[in-house]
Amino acid sequence: MEKQKYLVEMKNIVKNFPGVQALRGVNLNVGYGEVHSLVGENGAGKSTLMNCLVGMLPPTAGQIYFDGKEISNYNTSDALKMGISMIHQELSPVMYRSIMENIWLGREPKNKFGLIDHKKMYDMTKEVLETINLDVDPKKLMKELTIAKIQMIEIAKAISYNAKLIIMDEPTSALTKKEVVQLFDIMKKLKEKGKSLIYISHKLDEIFEISDKITVFRDGTWIGTEDKVKFDVQSLIKMMVGRDITEMFPKVDCIIGETKLEVTGLADTGRFKDVSFTVKKGEILGIAGLVGAGRTEVIETLFGIRRKTAGKVFIDEKEVAIKTPMDAIENKMALLTEDRRLSGIFPVLSVFQNTIVANLRSYVKNNGLLDNKRAFSDVESYVKAIKIKTPSIEQRISNLSGGNQQKVLVARWLLTKPEILILDEPTRGIDVGAKAEIHKLITALAGEGKSIIMVSSELPEVMGMSDRIMIMHEGKVTGIIENRKDLSQEEIMNYATGNTSADQLEM
Amino acid sequence: MSENLKNLVSEVENASELKSNNHTDNKMLLYLKKYGIIFALILLIVGISIAEPKFLNPINIFNVLTQSSIYGIMALGMTLVIIAKGIDLSVGSILAFSGIVAASLGQVATASTKFFPNLAEMPVIVPILAALTIGALIGAINGGLIAYTGIPAFIATLGMMTMARGATLMYTSGKPITQLTPDFMFLGSKIGIIPVPVIIYALMAGITWVLLNHTSFGKNIYAIGGNIKAAEISGVNVKKNLLLLYAFCGLTAAVAAIVFAGRVGSVHPGAAVSYELTAIAASVIGGTSFDGGIGTVGGAVIGALVLGVLRNGLTLLGVQAYWQQILEGMIIIVAVIIDMRKNAKKK
Repeated sequence: MEKQKYLVEMKNIVKNFPGVQALRGVNLNVGYGEVHSLVGENGAGKSTLMNCLVGMLPPTAGQIYFDGKEISNYNTSDALKMGISMIHQELSPVMYRSIMENIWLGREPKNKFGLIDHKKMYDMTKEVLETINLDVDPKKLMKELTIAKIQMIEIAKAISYNAKLIIMDEPTSALTKKEVVQLFDIMKKLKEKGKSLIYISHKLDEIFEISDKITVFRDGTWIGTEDKVKFDVQSLIKMMVGRDITEMFPKVDCIIGETKLEVTGLADTGRFKDVSFTVKKGEILGIAGLVGAGRTEVIETLFGIRRKTAGKVFIDEKEVAIKTPMDAIENKMALLTEDRRLSGIFPVLSVFQNTIVANLRSYVKNNGLLDNKRAFSDVESYVKAIKIKTPSIEQRISNLSGGNQQKVLVARWLLTKPEILILDEPTRGIDVGAKAEIHKLITALAGEGKSIIMVSSELPEVMGMSDRIMIMHEGKVTGIIENRKDLSQEEIMNYATGNTSADQLEM
Repeated sequence: MSENLKNLVSEVENASELKSNNHTDNKMLLYLKKYGIIFALILLIVGISIAEPKFLNPINIFNVLTQSSIYGIMALGMTLVIIAKGIDLSVGSILAFSGIVAASLGQVATASTKFFPNLAEMPVIVPILAALTIGALIGAINGGLIAYTGIPAFIATLGMMTMARGATLMYTSGKPITQLTPDFMFLGSKIGIIPVPVIIYALMAGITWVLLNHTSFGKNIYAIGGNIKAAEISGVNVKKNLLLLYAFCGLTAAVAAIVFAGRVGSVHPGAAVSYELTAIAASVIGGTSFDGGIGTVGGAVIGALVLGVLRNGLTLLGVQAYWQQILEGMIIIVAVIIDMRKNAKKK
């Protein structure tokens, strides 16, 4: 073997999930002492690739070389021992234990009696923390630390494992500007020591500041790897979105009626503020933005899952008070949540029960009992109408594919005869065929005069489906585009990354 | 060449045959798994009957049913609670408290240790209503605590278990209440050869079955246990339903108390200690999952019968009581292991 240039070489990595090909033969080479950024839209495959690298997911095909040796069939703890550490977006420290206990968890230094040597653990922790100039007491509890500090402890932990490679997934999403500067200082220091870093972020300015090399992914494919200096913001964005598939979406122009929903000055302090928009009958309002922009928070507040701190909501020009999802449903609203498993389906219950749950009220007969028969035939007709593939409606929903589960959730809400449908990432994690069917369904609903709010991180989806697009960045509305044909993907990306300035945007 | 091809074809055929065999095997296995607990019950009955034919005597069968009825009734409410991913540790104490209050209102006028010395003999409906009210009320407090303060059901009902037991002891200063009216005792007796407790049990099972399968309350319970967050977003009034659920569970404990008092003819303040655990056991043997969302009334009844048959049969066979307990414990564990594997397969 030739003398290796790269610490990490991933070749032709393929990862299939049931019904979805998440990675389609992806390559990645990371050199020694290099900060390598991965960019791409949500769902482009960055996180999946990293999960393959750290041993969390086995790749379906492809080779991985680390420090010149091919590695395969390993788990995360093997990866740690080899020197691969990952700092996840969602940190999960043991909150009520100290910093040192967290760092040495599961490999505490022992004294000659086989008991934990706290003194030694303390000294070792001090030593590790010094390498990143972090001055905190190792005995402090994790819960007393800020998110930025917890992150740095995670980095210290990675160093304590003698990591050669540290992967950071969106490390700055919860940090202040000052904390980001500190983090970057630490990253530069690690680089000087010859460590390699893989950096995943949506924030382009940060990527340009910290990276040596940038790799772009799109739809599970590798688009390119270049030195940072070869890119500018515009060319990078172009590479990230670079496609034109607006025709894939079956949106047809519908008759747009009067204003159905009006939101003014909606706020939830600390999450988002001053959000105002309207949706008309028969209209699809797309909400674009990056993960963490506050889109989900806005619609969850609208639906009564979260409490608003300011703002008013009007339906048919009358102000409404929505404090719980029950109130929202009463006002003929429906919400398809972003996370199907977490807040959508009832995994152990049947398709039937999953479908009728939001509409039980209308099946109560005069004697107080449920009209199971009518409910059954209603569910069956919806299953047929929107082509849910299931052997019977008695089938457990968890046995269905993701796309069909999503359709069951759509059926659940259609059964309530909603007038305002809020769809949060309606096609996330489902295969292309089911995606197109759900798009068709959304269009058909708009055609029936329903008002639709659709949050999506997939720009082509937002652009292809929406009549108007609202773009959010860091809890604020950065723009509302009245006519979707007015704007290119690159320009929406500019709004969404907070990268707007007058000369870049010609409205 | 063609020889090879033939071999290949026959190999493929063999393989597909093997597959189809496997398929029928799987089907039978699935069937066995689905109704496994019924088969286990039948097996238990057959085994015991062969070893001791007296078991099948109708009088003995009704004995089994009567013995099962008290914790069987409690297991009905418990099953609903566990389906909603909760637990109720207080039902034994609720039984004791509502039972002792009912007994104090249901003594004969001439009782030697009259609790209310000046109280005339009450129609039996009075102690019954008193017990039901107390049971539902304590249950509602449980439900209210769980729904509105957010404390875990285990803790809320553990506290209530201790409080209700204390209240029971305080109520009678630790003394039992005896000499109940004939009308009261009727609730523990027989009509012909059919024991009244069995009739009450059947009625309660029917009511619970309707509640669970034919009301929105029942569907909401499944939803809450299946995914509480999704239930909330789907507009299920989680708090109200939890309150009603625990009230119903308390009510079943009170019904069990009435049967208990009628059968025994007296209530001791230390009565029904650890009955909640038997009710939980019946429920899980019957396939109710601690992960929530899974469970049936039929399962709860069969679970109670398994315990009843086991206890009665082993006694008939002259098996030492200590051994009975060991076996009972094993059955609980094995039943849940089988059930978990069944549910895991479905995922």
